[in-house]
Amino acid sequence: MTQWIEIGILTDIPLRGARTVQIEGQKEIAVFRTGDGEVFALVNECPHKKGPLSQGIVHGHSVACPLHNWNIALRTGEAQGEDKGCTPTIAVKLEGDRVLLALPERVEEAA
Amino acid sequence: MEFQDGIDASADYEDRLIVPSTDVSEHLVVVGNGMAGCRAVEELLARDAGRYRVTIFGAEPHVNYNRIMLSPVLAGEKTFDEIVINSREWYDENDIDLITADPVTAIDRAAKTVTSKSGRKVHYDRLLIATGSDPFIIPVPGKDLPGVISFRDMKDVDTMLAAAEAGKADGASEAAASAVVIGGGLLGLEAAHGLTLRGMKVTVIHLMPTLMERQLDEAAGYLLKTALEGRGQTILTGADTAEIYGQDKVEGVRLKDGREIPARLVVMAVGIRPSVALAREAGLEVGRGIKVDDHMVTSDPAVLAVGECVEHDGNVYGLVAPLWDMCRSLADGLTDRHTGYKGSVTSTKLKVAGLDVFSAGDFSGGEGCEDIVLRDAARGVYKRVVVKEDKVVGAVLYGDTADGGWYFDLLKKGEDVSEIRDLLIFGQAFAAGGAGLDPKAAVAALPADAEICGCNGVSKGQVVASIEGGACNLDAVRATCKASASCGSCTGLVETLLALTLGEEVQNGPKTLCKCTSFTHDDVRREIVAQGMKSIPEVMQQLHWSTPDGCSSCRPALNYYLLCALPGEYVDDQASRFVNERMHANIQKDGTYSVVPRMWGGLTNPKELRAIADVVEKFNAPMVKVTGGQRLDIFGIRKEDLPAVWADLNAAGMVSGHAYGKSLRTVKTCVGSEWCRFGTQDSTGLGVQIERMTWGSWMPHKFKIAVSGCPRNCAEATIKDFGVVCVDSGYELHVGGNGGIHVRATDLLCKVATEQEAMEVCAAFIQLYREEARYLERTAPWIERVGLDYVKGKLLESHGAPADAIATYAARFHFSQSFSQEDPWAERASGERADLHQHLEPIAIAAE
Repeated sequence: MTQWIEIGILTDIPLRGARTVQIEGQKEIAVFRTGDGEVFALVNECPHKKGPLSQGIVHGHSVACPLHNWNIALRTGEAQGEDKGCTPTIAVKLEGDRVLLALPERVEEAA
Repeated sequence: MEFQDGIDASADYEDRLIVPSTDVSEHLVVVGNGMAGCRAVEELLARDAGRYRVTIFGAEPHVNYNRIMLSPVLAGEKTFDEIVINSREWYDENDIDLITADPVTAIDRAAKTVTSKSGRKVHYDRLLIATGSDPFIIPVPGKDLPGVISFRDMKDVDTMLAAAEAGKADGASEAAASAVVIGGGLLGLEAAHGLTLRGMKVTVIHLMPTLMERQLDEAAGYLLKTALEGRGQTILTGADTAEIYGQDKVEGVRLKDGREIPARLVVMAVGIRPSVALAREAGLEVGRGIKVDDHMVTSDPAVLAVGECVEHDGNVYGLVAPLWDMCRSLADGLTDRHTGYKGSVTSTKLKVAGLDVFSAGDFSGGEGCEDIVLRDAARGVYKRVVVKEDKVVGAVLYGDTADGGWYFDLLKKGEDVSEIRDLLIFGQAFAAGGAGLDPKAAVAALPADAEICGCNGVSKGQVVASIEGGACNLDAVRATCKASASCGSCTGLVETLLALTLGEEVQNGPKTLCKCTSFTHDDVRREIVAQGMKSIPEVMQQLHWSTPDGCSSCRPALNYYLLCALPGEYVDDQASRFVNERMHANIQKDGTYSVVPRMWGGLTNPKELRAIADVVEKFNAPMVKVTGGQRLDIFGIRKEDLPAVWADLNAAGMVSGHAYGKSLRTVKTCVGSEWCRFGTQDSTGLGVQIERMTWGSWMPHKFKIAVSGCPRNCAEATIKDFGVVCVDSGYELHVGGNGGIHVRATDLLCKVATEQEAMEVCAAFIQLYREEARYLERTAPWIERVGLDYVKGKLLESHGAPADAIATYAARFHFSQSFSQEDPWAERASGERADLHQHLEPIAIAAE
């Protein structure tokens, strides 16, 4: 069973922007809030040159990497268009205005 | 089940004796006399009228009425009697015991009794909880003041009507006739509309950036806002309530940004929450709502729940249609017809203040989803259909909702729409009509007198004649017959006509701004000014953007164009800024930032150098480098440390160097006549003055200036965007140089005699560039494109410009600068937009 952990409320994340959160022992995670009020979470690294995706321009359900403008789909982590690569996604959900992040499996096993 | 057996075993038999033993049918007690509770009873009666004896408790003193119709009552379109669903006679005819104005306050599941506020205790065999929702009251100071209400029941409507009456009284102050509605969702907007019709001056305060964001996307929300403002309401979006103030009653609302809105009435309509307190106290399983199974049975098999208070399969519903579905499943379950509730797909078709709005399904887009968007600015229509794997998965309609039902039908049935996809957005009549499934054929079939361009009244025949007369691309058609030259909504039709008339010969027009639009940079800029557009969503709507909120190409461009067109008025959209401009520092490959403080004209002093040295040590910056623009660049600063770094640099008098911006970068100077034996003028002093004048300005692209004290040109002024080369007799002013990939030496614009003239020409040239160059176009390619003569013709009297051209352009630049010379670092150092710098709280994994 997935363990959900509250990381903040929706308005902690800027509209069409992202915040980063560090889970102990994991790579930094970027949590995005799109124009239509959805939230997504990805490892904060572009599959291209590890650019911090949290700093990119969020448009539709994509983010443009701040380093070389690769467009990454927020739902799948896949690079769009001609570019090839994929960033790991993390399950995230809203309960009311609370943002809940799924703890990665291996952490649970270790716990 | 075991749980239930346990309770039965421990039940106190004495309590059961309250029920007359002669009663053969089971007793169903309903908590809640609202739409869900009564509908459930209706459904039950329709299936098996004699099976249950029914008692209904209601908190309000009324019979069951249609809560949704409270808005028309407020608006004066209906009376209370007209919105009653079940009259007293209905209760009597069906032997229903109705207990009004006496809410149930406790449930004893062990004894199977409910107790009401007045102390009445009633036994049940089956209990149905239909408590609906409670309005959510935001926890701000003053929320309990008299005059603060919600919009949930008839009592609230009566309070609003009384306030409107009092506001009309002779001698009533303006505040007395003013109301604030907190919440720009459906309920809030209906309250606002009703109060407006009743003569009150209404301000809507909405936390989110667009109205009704749950039902509408940004474009539709924008249209709604514009229309409501046109009806006299004041709509404040992105507005956060700090407190409701007043001595003994409401006097107004204060926002977190300090604004105050006087009002005698505050309607809080920020949302509703399932009313679960009673169920929770009774020990029933409660999540967001009371948890129920497919037959609306709670964790206690003797207790059911229905309506807005329940949570089914993780979903909570606030609309009527799901409620009806639930009541059917519940009644089936109670009469042993086990169909089961499977959740509801919802659509919302509403009239808000007389404006048609529709939304259904998932319109948030996402993986594999494709948007089909139609915007008709002239008619105020916006349609968006979301298609995924050849099926309609969502739709948002504004202004013309005639096809809402059809889209919803396609959505629910999951029909394959690949065959009609091209015509889908035009609606059922078109897509299912006999024009054939090829849009090209449909256009080809149009008669010659069919109107193509509604704005300019151009027929198909005229467009074709224009194309046959030599107009071989869209721009040429626009220029010759005016079709598609105004609102642009017929652009697709004109392009189809081009293709039909010319076959393969259609020439590609000028490059569009990005893939979200068919307009060019120049078109967009022209229209922003011509139509007086004021925001990015407005531009996207008026110019028929094909994406909901643009892309990383158009958003920064639109942000700049609006900023340039509306100095001091336009509110910069940080989410449309590239990272460096949003963070006011330069991102590096490892995600850290470099920081360049401004050193006017390249001059510095011990205090500044000490401050920089201290910052380098304090924040462990791994490298400091002298830049090509005569500045010091501090590398390796983490985003969370940036505000502290800036605070330290500010303390030494330094401001942002804008080394990160599409803006004035640096004014590079040589030492000039003050020290140099060859110097002809004070190049350093002039450089400092020019930098003081130009810093902080936003431009189409980065902009570099240099001032050299003599033609030896040590400051390399002839590869800058604007270069001054001092000579004995004055100042040569050069433009359009670039030292980048394509090195370009400057062109000589003109020569002037005084520093003052040099500064004015500099300001005028920058403003011309700001107003006319395309976003991300440096001065070098811009001048190559338009020609030096064009620039001279705009600025210099000797080349045909008005005598005051320089002064006019310079004045516009100075006006713009009066708003842009705030140090962005100081704002951030003071704590603004901390969310851009700080991480969320880290999460530690507790070891076991």
